[in-house]
Amino acid sequence: MSVPTRPVLLGILLITTVLFAAASLLIGGGYAWSDVLTLKGDGALVLAASRVPRTVALLLSGAGLAVSGILMQMIARNRFVEPSTAGTVESASLGILLTLLLMPGSPVIVRMLVAALVALAGSALFLMLISRLPLGSVLMVPLVGIMLGGIFDAATSFLAYRFDLLQSLGAFGSGDFSIVLRGRYEFLWIIAGLVAAAYATAARFTILGMGEAVAVGVGLDYRRLVIFGLIIVSVVTAAVVVTVGAIPFVGLIVPNVVSLFLGDDLRRSLPVVATGGAVLVLASDVVGRIVIAPYEIPVGTIMGVVGSLGFLTFIFWRRGHAA
Amino acid sequence: MIEIDKICKRYGDTLVVDTVSLAIPHGGVVGIVGPNGAGKSTLLSIISRLMKSDSGSVLVDGLDVTKTPGRELARRLSVMRQENHVAARLTIRDLVAFGRFPHNRGRPNRDDQERVAAAIAFVGLDAMADRFLDQLSGGQRQRAFVAMALAQDADYALFDEPLNNLDIHHAVSMMRLFRRMGDQPGKTVIVVLHDLNVAATYADRIVVMQAGRVVGDGPPSEIITRSLLSDVFCVEGDVLDIEGRRVISVAP
Repeated sequence: MSVPTRPVLLGILLITTVLFAAASLLIGGGYAWSDVLTLKGDGALVLAASRVPRTVALLLSGAGLAVSGILMQMIARNRFVEPSTAGTVESASLGILLTLLLMPGSPVIVRMLVAALVALAGSALFLMLISRLPLGSVLMVPLVGIMLGGIFDAATSFLAYRFDLLQSLGAFGSGDFSIVLRGRYEFLWIIAGLVAAAYATAARFTILGMGEAVAVGVGLDYRRLVIFGLIIVSVVTAAVVVTVGAIPFVGLIVPNVVSLFLGDDLRRSLPVVATGGAVLVLASDVVGRIVIAPYEIPVGTIMGVVGSLGFLTFIFWRRGHAA
Repeated sequence: MIEIDKICKRYGDTLVVDTVSLAIPHGGVVGIVGPNGAGKSTLLSIISRLMKSDSGSVLVDGLDVTKTPGRELARRLSVMRQENHVAARLTIRDLVAFGRFPHNRGRPNRDDQERVAAAIAFVGLDAMADRFLDQLSGGQRQRAFVAMALAQDADYALFDEPLNNLDIHHAVSMMRLFRRMGDQPGKTVIVVLHDLNVAATYADRIVVMQAGRVVGDGPPSEIITRSLLSDVFCVEGDVLDIEGRRVISVAP
């Protein structure tokens, strides 16, 4: 077979990650890359306070979102599901707005926890809906998720409008890493732990993707595992949305591309999925910093464009093949 | 021994399983037959704890299926269902290897790998073991799932219409496989079948279900009769005796 094997794929991704990480550390508004590299003037400060945090935040968010995507796909047993097509992102945003409303000035951890709880409830509602609806086509599942997300969005906008919070709402609307500074992103490290937890239970999540009957048949506690998966997805999503805002489609594109090469035995594919997500988000951010320098295009916007194109390609490709 | 005691299950107003009691001791092949909608699949789902009954109990080797930890049961009882929609893109080898999960919790050793390879060879898929399930025909996929149940190596193996999608060659080799499984000491195969001739040829015991009830239970020679055809399946036909086997010939 001419398909690249796992070590090759992982190797390519890791090298790409290092290259883009270097670029991410050196490129940015206001400072020449040579100053940053030689730590001249404010170079050291820029690196420590802005560039390193930003790069780490990009890597963690990308890895977390891609892993969340594949977990959601196994749980919902649908290839088109990810946090932004399952109401998870939108319910997390609603959660953040609720903290702004009810507990103004609360610390980030409180906002993240509330967002995670609301995201958990929102995703669970999505799963309940798709298990009850008669679904004619696989595309109905993400459509239902997008509609549910639309409803959460509408509620969020309405509340924000009524309570004069529309401006703060904009801040977590579209993923933007230019706001990441030392002291304002450390929460994202929780994602590393969650990705590790997903990897440790990768065999179980793969079985989940074979359906409840198979999972119960080999002795798994199906319900508990679904809840565990949803907790990982909700906390990752909430952490990303609270810190930098929503980044759509990462969880959709990366797992599906990796699946083409390696299949979905998560014991094998999860490290590749995580690295792939990290590279994609990192690269999008670096590109966003270059194209209209010295201004920036936020990652959320770039991923929105790249992702929707990828989504469409994927749908049509999938149609042409066995689905 | 599987002891099924007064199991009832209703969907809305219809009683799909109506006070079924059965004892299935160790060993042999048990065929469950009956018209569509007789409650066969539902009964199988209840035995394999995929579905809760409204009343009654199922004991597997004395263990209540609703109260025993899943892992404990998974080593005693495997189940293959009719529809297997798999979202995960897996190779045959990946899939069959997960049959070993109750034994190794996702960390296969050498013994597991050998059993997996043997199970795949048993269903004749060894030449394509590294193909993905979405590249297989319905019948090949079906056999891959049977291999998974084989690898699970449980004392009781339940199959819900495993011959769907199979041509006569593969149907016969699968029934021979079940026959061999059932002949191993301590192993019992319980299989829902559509074809009465197949049941008559390969099963030691046939359980007949109709409208949620067990209406017949015994060896093929007692069960496969003209009255079974007319009373349960509503067809007229003859039951012939060919070299001691019961063969049904339906009037054209």
